[in-house]
Amino acid sequence: MWLDPANPQLDKNGELHHLLSIEGLPAEILWQILDTARSFVGVTQREVRKVPLLRGKAVFNLFFEPSTRTRTTFEIAAKRLSADVINLAINISSQTKGETVLDTVANLSAMQADMFVVRHAASGAPYLIARHVGADIHVINAGDGRHSHPTQGLLDMFAIRHYKKDFSALRVAIVGDVLHSRVARSQIHALTTLGCPEIRVIGPKTLLPSHVENLGVHVYHDMRQGLKDVDVVMMLRLQNERMEGPLLPSAQEFYKYYGLTEDKLAAAKPDAIVLHPGPMNRGVEIDSSVADGAQSVILPQVTFGIAIRMAVMSILAGK
Amino acid sequence: MPGKPLPDAEQLLAALTDQMRPTVGPDSGLIGIHTGGVWIAQRLHQALGLKVPCGSLDVSFYRDDYQKIGLHRDVKTSDIPFDVDGRDLILVDDVLYTGRTIRAAMNELFDYGRPASIRLATLVDRGGRELPIAAQFVGAVVDALPGQSIELTRTGEGRLTLVLHEDQP
Repeated sequence: MWLDPANPQLDKNGELHHLLSIEGLPAEILWQILDTARSFVGVTQREVRKVPLLRGKAVFNLFFEPSTRTRTTFEIAAKRLSADVINLAINISSQTKGETVLDTVANLSAMQADMFVVRHAASGAPYLIARHVGADIHVINAGDGRHSHPTQGLLDMFAIRHYKKDFSALRVAIVGDVLHSRVARSQIHALTTLGCPEIRVIGPKTLLPSHVENLGVHVYHDMRQGLKDVDVVMMLRLQNERMEGPLLPSAQEFYKYYGLTEDKLAAAKPDAIVLHPGPMNRGVEIDSSVADGAQSVILPQVTFGIAIRMAVMSILAGK
Repeated sequence: MPGKPLPDAEQLLAALTDQMRPTVGPDSGLIGIHTGGVWIAQRLHQALGLKVPCGSLDVSFYRDDYQKIGLHRDVKTSDIPFDVDGRDLILVDDVLYTGRTIRAAMNELFDYGRPASIRLATLVDRGGRELPIAAQFVGAVVDALPGQSIELTRTGEGRLTLVLHEDQP
């Protein structure tokens, strides 16, 4: 199986073989996924919420790092495509007995896996797996280290398109711990590829990557300035281990300056939507009145995530 | 791409409407198959004065060649804006050929519920069936060779035309 060495998710025809990162994907492929997902939303509203596309295929959820929402929505997506789903939480299994990642994957391939959905704390782990699986096996990155979380980025784009229709006139703000966020990276690449003209990142200097402006984004350290007249507010999760670490004085301090409250959200356009990839820290990066408010699309994001993952799996497996 | 004209699609549509009028009641559900079938279904729906809104199906998620050629690039959304349970349905397509699209459409319909009946209307029947499927309403029977395809096109003003293509080898 020949895959583009510079971008090993594409085959010789430029079609998607693995989904590893949004970076390097042409706009046509992103639109194809978003369009296909729209059709799957219809499927999930019917009496029988299942289609037969992946009948007889085995999808292995390979989670080397804990996750509830992502793993569950991948599982639901695969089941709605009629695949058999096998969930493996590797940290409590063979890894503790000393087996390497590639040995684990080789053994699961011998169990006739057709697709691996991989979550790993190390950036690049899904690439390593993708390089070593057989030609008929597809790999989906479900989040690797600080690097990428492509299906999250795609479902965010789906949500934005659903509520705002068009990317070409949008002003979007990404708020919080951009430095450690694989979600932020995927969002920035997706928004740029889909033609969003103005992307802002808002956060304290210690939680923004140095030279982040090289990605084509505008940098703000003040919430009210950064949120002024935006159409979309994408909140990021502040990971627990950062709350008391050297990069931040405290969670309370973070909330005071960067927590999304109704008062700060008022700087955005009145019809601005608020996204969050979950799980939320209420009272740290977002106030409950906003999270549960009229502008929040946080729960629809979860539902859209199922359709996006169905779209990705069905595009990959049908080759 | 070179193509030669076939029977006039507008005349076939009128003939199809006349065939359907006596037996298609106002509560029948009309469902067009993307893309040409949807155009025809919308026109039939208007001409027959049906009460129930017109539905549309994209059968991409039910095709039997998915394993071979993958998911269709441009999947449209299926939309059945009525309850199919216990209803008489008429599937509408532009060209009936192998019957595989209709098989896929029926499988999809049953995931919406259990219809009382399903009939099939097609503008053109070009023969070449690979499954035991027949249309109850047919605009015209047209001869075409295996290497040819018949396509329905629609102008900006909504006028329908049939075009014959030689498939690329």
